[in-house]
Amino acid sequence: MALIDGLYTEGEKIADTKAPNVPIERKWTQRKFDAALVNPANRRKLSVIIVGTGLAGGAAAATLGEAGYRVKSFCYQDSPRRAHSIAAQGGINAAKNYKEDGDSVFRLFYDTVKGGDYRARETNVYRLAEVSANIIDQCVAQGVPFAREYGGLLDNRSFGGVQVSRTFYARGQTGQQLLIGAYQALERQVAAGTVEMFSRHEMLELIVSDGPDGKRARGIIARDLVTGEIETHLADAVVLASGGYGNVFFLSTNAMGSNVTATWRAHRKGAYFANPCYTQIHPTCIPVSGDHQSKLTLMSESLRNDGRIWVPKRREDCDKDPRDIPEEDRDYYLERIYPAFGNLVPRDIASRQAKNVCDEGRGVGPMVGDFRRGVYLDFADAIARLGEDAVRAKYGNLFDMYAQITGENPYETPMRIYPAVHYTMGGLWVDYDLESSIPGLFVAGEANFSDHGANRLGASALMQGLADGYFVLPNTIRDYLAKGPFEELSEADAAVAEARKSVEDRTQKLLSINGERSVDSFHRELGNIMWEYCGMERTAEGLQKAIDLIRALRDEFWRNVRVLGAADTLNQSLEKAGRVADFLELGELMCIDALHRRESCGGHFRAESQTEDGEALRHDDEFAYVGAWEFTPGTAESGIDSGTMGPPVLHKEDLVYQAIELKQRSYK
Amino acid sequence: MKLTLKIWRQDGPNAKGDFVTYQVDDILPDMSFLEMLDVLNERLIAEGTEPIAFDSDCREGICGMCGLMISGYAHGPKQTTTCQLHMRSFSDGETITIEPWRADPFPVIRDLVVDRSAFDRIIASGGFISVNTGSAPEAHAAPVPKENADRAFVAAECIGCGACVAACPNASAMLFTAAKVTHLGELPQGQPERYSRVVSMLNQHDAEGFGGCTNIGECSAACPKGIPQDVISTLNADLRHALRTGR
Ligand SMILES: Cc1cc2nc3c(=O)[nH]c(=O)nc-3n(C[C@H](O)[C@H](O)[C@H](O)COP(=O)(O)OP(=O)(O)OC[C@H]3O[C@@H](n4cnc5c(N)ncnc54)[C@H](O)[C@@H]3O)c2cc1C
Ligand code: FES
Repeated sequence: MALIDGLYTEGEKIADTKAPNVPIERKWTQRKFDAALVNPANRRKLSVIIVGTGLAGGAAAATLGEAGYRVKSFCYQDSPRRAHSIAAQGGINAAKNYKEDGDSVFRLFYDTVKGGDYRARETNVYRLAEVSANIIDQCVAQGVPFAREYGGLLDNRSFGGVQVSRTFYARGQTGQQLLIGAYQALERQVAAGTVEMFSRHEMLELIVSDGPDGKRARGIIARDLVTGEIETHLADAVVLASGGYGNVFFLSTNAMGSNVTATWRAHRKGAYFANPCYTQIHPTCIPVSGDHQSKLTLMSESLRNDGRIWVPKRREDCDKDPRDIPEEDRDYYLERIYPAFGNLVPRDIASRQAKNVCDEGRGVGPMVGDFRRGVYLDFADAIARLGEDAVRAKYGNLFDMYAQITGENPYETPMRIYPAVHYTMGGLWVDYDLESSIPGLFVAGEANFSDHGANRLGASALMQGLADGYFVLPNTIRDYLAKGPFEELSEADAAVAEARKSVEDRTQKLLSINGERSVDSFHRELGNIMWEYCGMERTAEGLQKAIDLIRALRDEFWRNVRVLGAADTLNQSLEKAGRVADFLELGELMCIDALHRRESCGGHFRAESQTEDGEALRHDDEFAYVGAWEFTPGTAESGIDSGTMGPPVLHKEDLVYQAIELKQRSYK
Repeated sequence: MKLTLKIWRQDGPNAKGDFVTYQVDDILPDMSFLEMLDVLNERLIAEGTEPIAFDSDCREGICGMCGLMISGYAHGPKQTTTCQLHMRSFSDGETITIEPWRADPFPVIRDLVVDRSAFDRIIASGGFISVNTGSAPEAHAAPVPKENADRAFVAAECIGCGACVAACPNASAMLFTAAKVTHLGELPQGQPERYSRVVSMLNQHDAEGFGGCTNIGECSAACPKGIPQDVISTLNADLRHALRTGR
């Protein structure tokens, strides 16, 4: 078949077939009713593997364990309590309407679809809003210490520019407290014997059997990170809840170990990867301070409520002490360009404009590479207006964090901020049941693509993780498990042996190259390419270039990486090498996806698609679909690269909006 | 900055470990302590020496994965996590000793990496509220006085890093255990299991080989989240109640 843009082909359209054909408010109730039940006595005979112990995986493992299934739970950290969900600060949304401010399930649904710039699947989002209230009840019952008012009732705040107060929080540590709740529920099941926990284990391959009744996901190959042993784990169904892939950018707010390996390996085995180019870039992170930087730290965007963002008008002023730059020489660029919203424009706009002024050479802070990556976030006016104490009461912990990391005192000199990659909306394609295109493989939390479209609303990832884990997946997976138990597999079966061998070969290969460059140096270079060409602003030319650069880098990686040590011990370089190898493939797919989507939408701006006054222009006529990519293996003839990746096949899922009308957004 | 680092290296759980001395220069005050080790590791890889194994994940001070004994102090000279410690807290030319957590219930896996799974087993023994998904009452059914909610929160801030154990001369995990007992015991939802919880968690604590508490207070001083020592008094009070009433 002829290649489109020399890069991919287009296959058949796909659609979700599981959401029942009833009005949107009744779909979930109907689906729960239609899904087959499993007799409690039979549940012991059915096994489920869950990769990931974040909000999505931890909640799912606990709930399925309580229901009586045999669960095996995996995480790469030394304890399930350390999954990256722990780092979420701001809060979790729920349509409780405790404030009587006009919130409702429908409004949360509407805000989420709109926030996602009309690129999310309506049915899934409605369900998310619908179960949101149950999440809060569940967490409170587990002892999650949410913020409370003096009367003892739960407090809420408004978050991320929405007009109702629906965000529940636990100081700046909401993710931590929610995760500890799920972790405790999980440990309770470990004690009860329903969940077997495998910490410091990394999934490296998916086992897909091809029996008389077709393909099914039946297990994983994992490496015990302490002993190095390669293990086979078999089950009736597999759930991936392995988080997001923001670390493809090297620098992000994700944890050091966050990776795409679990979902990428599944993708290579047939699971479609949807909207890989949809990434969220958060405007208020602490800037990079030098080449040694290993990760970026987010600060709550509530800072933009009182801080004013500016850069010097003239490049010559960029290395001056900001306090010496007079008012008339400052450019409060967001207030200038967006007088109505000013510093409170959405995340993507604030991020993009910050990058623009820095690219113009008007950034501030230390030189990193060849330019300064930072803009001022100034509280001088707020301090003058409200007093230092009031500012301290509101933002004290964030100011302290900033001071600790940068060594500067933000009460005296303006903070510096810069955008950073923070969340990935793309992920494995799933239907209404959260089942991927491989039967028996379910995907939950940030690892799937389903709820946030092209941009995620603040405080809704925690909501999605827990909705998927506590309420959605346990109800939908039983419909699949009711068909089991499936035939016994053993190490000798072809599918198992093949998966195992591929992991062993890859491990040996990584250790035997013994080249010149460290894994980190490849990762850093990949990150630079992604940030430059597949970040906030994209062009066809840039993306083409990025694809070439990534292919060359991947090629070099497999010839020139240096991974020391052995396979049969704790070997952190080997762990990283496997993850970076997968990022080097994902990066290419992200660029292809970004290239084919010739519209500006949600978190990303396509330079060729803008209005006359430079704002994002969406093309609903052409692109109101989910782009789900199928993997094809490389062949020598395809000439694409050293044989690992062939041209992917695009399957479009049309987005049908019945409950909501499509609108263009405007912030001017 | 130039520094002399004396770092504990140990090939595996059963291998004999020893200190190895490394000189580093070009260290910037803005680097975090772990970034300083990253820089050293990159150099070691270039030289063909296996890099130093150490744990970290979030590098934001919240996941509890990192933890090093730095010149005798758990997480170093400041009350923070190792990942949030910056090189500006050290002076040029200083010699820094870097060791793993030292405690029998935390065996060394390799270099600076230890096994803290004992903490998970303590939680599994009772550090939860038994409520199945879907059976929760409406969240506002039981108001929680702000005072209790705030104290529960302070105790719930524990990140499970193990610094309290590493800092304690008895290798006691009482601060960790008591933080959970206090977090759940302050809340109405935690009452039904309050006294059985303290007994089972303490039994597990002892079975893991952690030492007893003799009120030294190094734990709270080393705790990156500043969990106050009075949680241990709460645990003791609950324990007395449990023993007296036999529940
Ligand atoms: C700094 C920060 C702040 C945030 N703040 C908010 C907020 O205020 N509100 C909000 O709603 N959202 C927020 N988010 C987003 C939100 O925290 C995440 O999207 C969400 O927690 C993801 O949960 P998860 O369960 O899908 O995955 P994670 O919590 O990332 O868990 C992934 C799990 O998978 C495991 N894993 C991964 N790969 C493998 C493998 N190959 N083998 C074995 N195990 C594997 C890991 O060990 C881990 O247990 C924030 C994110 C960041 C980074
Ligand atoms: S790495 Fe997470 S607390 Fe230090």
